[in-house]
Amino acid sequence: MKQTVFRAAGLLLVMTVLCGFLYTVVCTGISQVLFPRQANGSVIEINGKTYGSELLAQQFTRPEHLWGRPMNLDVTSFTDGEGNPVMYAWAANKTPAGEEEDALVKERINALLDADPSMEGTPIPADLVTVSGSGLDPEISPEAAAYQVHRIAEARGMSEEAVQAVIDRYTTGRWLGVFGEPRVHVLKVNLALDGILTEEG
Amino acid sequence: MSSNSIAQYVLYVVILVGLAVPLGIYMSKIMGGEKTLLSRALGPAERGIYRLLRIDPEEDMGWRKYLASALLFNLFGFLLLFFILLLQGRLPWNPQGLGGLSWHLAFNTAVSFVTNTNWQAYSGEVTLSNFSQAMGLTVQNFVSAASGIAVLYALIRGLVRVKAKGIGNFWQDLTRCTLYILLPICLVSTIVLTSQGVPQSLDGNAYVNLVEPIAADAEGNVLTGADIDPETGTVTLDGEAVEDASIITRQVLPLYPQASQVSMKQLGTNGGGVLGNNSAHPFENPNLLTNLIEMVFLLVIAVGLCFSFGRSLKKMGGMAKGMRQGIAIFLAMLLMMAAAMGIVAVMEQNATPVLAQNGVVDTALGNMEGKETRFGTATSSTWAVWTTCASNGSVNSMHDSYTPIGGMIPMLLMMLGEVVFGGVGCGLYGMIGFVILTVFIAGLMVGRTPEYLGKKIESREMRMAVLLCLATPIAILIGSGVAALLPSTAASLNNPGAHGLSEVLYAYSSAGGNNGSAFAGFNANTPFLNTSIGLVMLFVRFIPMTAAIVIAGGMAAKKKVAESAGTLSTSNGMFVFLLILIVLIIGALSFLPALALGPIAEFTQMLGLG
Repeated sequence: MKQTVFRAAGLLLVMTVLCGFLYTVVCTGISQVLFPRQANGSVIEINGKTYGSELLAQQFTRPEHLWGRPMNLDVTSFTDGEGNPVMYAWAANKTPAGEEEDALVKERINALLDADPSMEGTPIPADLVTVSGSGLDPEISPEAAAYQVHRIAEARGMSEEAVQAVIDRYTTGRWLGVFGEPRVHVLKVNLALDGILTEEG
Repeated sequence: MSSNSIAQYVLYVVILVGLAVPLGIYMSKIMGGEKTLLSRALGPAERGIYRLLRIDPEEDMGWRKYLASALLFNLFGFLLLFFILLLQGRLPWNPQGLGGLSWHLAFNTAVSFVTNTNWQAYSGEVTLSNFSQAMGLTVQNFVSAASGIAVLYALIRGLVRVKAKGIGNFWQDLTRCTLYILLPICLVSTIVLTSQGVPQSLDGNAYVNLVEPIAADAEGNVLTGADIDPETGTVTLDGEAVEDASIITRQVLPLYPQASQVSMKQLGTNGGGVLGNNSAHPFENPNLLTNLIEMVFLLVIAVGLCFSFGRSLKKMGGMAKGMRQGIAIFLAMLLMMAAAMGIVAVMEQNATPVLAQNGVVDTALGNMEGKETRFGTATSSTWAVWTTCASNGSVNSMHDSYTPIGGMIPMLLMMLGEVVFGGVGCGLYGMIGFVILTVFIAGLMVGRTPEYLGKKIESREMRMAVLLCLATPIAILIGSGVAALLPSTAASLNNPGAHGLSEVLYAYSSAGGNNGSAFAGFNANTPFLNTSIGLVMLFVRFIPMTAAIVIAGGMAAKKKVAESAGTLSTSNGMFVFLLILIVLIIGALSFLPALALGPIAEFTQMLGLG
């Protein structure tokens, strides 16, 4: 029995060193050398200034920007090194068959129609009125982007074709033509519309 | 449903099975001690561990010693993790500067990871340091998975050995499984995941600028539609200046050694995400390639073990048609999984009247509440079914936001006791419990002594098989029953009405199936819920594990009986049908009343019938 106790404790410590320490350190070392950008959050940095992460959504509410999925923002859980509040977001976890969701969806429909009353009567793609699974989904469907082209073009004094062309540039199809869904990268479209992200970048 | 959706569902299953078969054969070689490609490279490490701990790999343990070793190893694992979490604030690798956990959250979390459940009553990015994640949780992700496979192999040895005392060596099983199966696969997948954008860093959180700043009032409520002047720092809402408003100009990027932990959380049917929103979070699962890897990992070992089982019956037990036994169990599981995928697919694609708003919203994409754009309905629904077939519990969409019946199916899969593939090792030994129950009932019907694989099933095996099959329903019903009676539970609910009961039921089903997924709106971080859910997880992990080892010991000691014309085949279509029937009858009889009050009630309300 004493032997069994010694071996149980010993093997646990060996596994902690192997699967906890060594595994983590080796993986981190290789990743930081081979893929430093991806391993550190895929930050979009242009001329020394950061504009967010390629993978995480930001909230857009101005008419001249493409809007993403509705966000359940959190500005109280995190602070930066100096104590300033910073933004994060979570899933909403509402049942899609409940009264609360009903009210939220109506509110989001109204916000979209307020921003562009001419779209009254055009069905709104579902992803524009629902919170994503992560709360930080950086993309929307091509239909959801197309729905906003008129508003963006009007607010910027651009042609709808020009806006749609920018959207098309940051649209990705299904992976291997089969898996997942086509989608548009909201932040990149907006950075391109603002002239920050150029075609090469 | 579009032809593309159907193509996705079919291809995902084909890819899964295509990878599981070779992995299953490889695992059977490793656990049977045969030479493989990795033997030369990793053999010295394996032998070094034995020398260091004075383990004799030749020792053949009796069932009592095997059980004692497994339980002690898990007990120490629990204690180590519990104290790491409690003392987190004083430990290194904590750039986030996070303090220790409360005793009840530390208890719940330690139990959760030792039992391979990975129920999370916390969100990682606001609770846990690098040290807790890597040295605590990840280690248990490896060894709890390895413990499950070890015990399965003890049971397989018990089934094939004749008049034997020993059922194998726990230390050797655990070491081999970790060293030759789990670690190499995870090393490779970590590199691939990082290349696609899953962070792998020990430096702590980073901060980046926002394009549109956000204004919030003094209480932290976001002021939508406010005018922000970043030069003077003034915020005006509807023409009036807001006092004490703050302007948020930056976003936090929660960075951890994510890729390494995510690989193992998926492969070992653990499921505990580094971040609160798990594999829906773009940092844990940024695109369809990472999603395919993670989704296949949910089930690949559990599916593969069916084939390991078949091959080991042949290699270790000399059963010429051993593979057919493994394939029969595989088919029973596959059929149940396919049925579940079909129901969830239709329900999620149809969405709900609340989302459709009489046609104002176009729901062609399906129920997108709680789902990521890149994954959409088909990929999310596949994951939801697979993660609850496996006792994995990681999610790439929020199950709380599924349609009533779309969310009931994952719950039901957990209630069945996680035997539709189930957790690594424990899913198959749970299913073998149901197989024993099935041959017993079939034997009663034709008036013959029940046999399995040429061994008589007697009263001790039956008692243990019943324990294996009923531990989960007992734990779920008692746990959720007590919780539903307590007035304090109502404060934890995120949705009212029938959906609220579903949230409670889902929590205990998740714990009772050692799954770990959640209707995540439910706030489970209270002393009562942490403790009671912790006890449920312990019960459903270690009672079946003990029962499986006792059965292994009993079966190993038996002699073989000759096969006759009256022997019930356990590898034909009739048996597959009977096995599915027994699993569903036990599940349905136990849970229909509870389901009728939760998801089924919500479904009828949604249709306007309630």
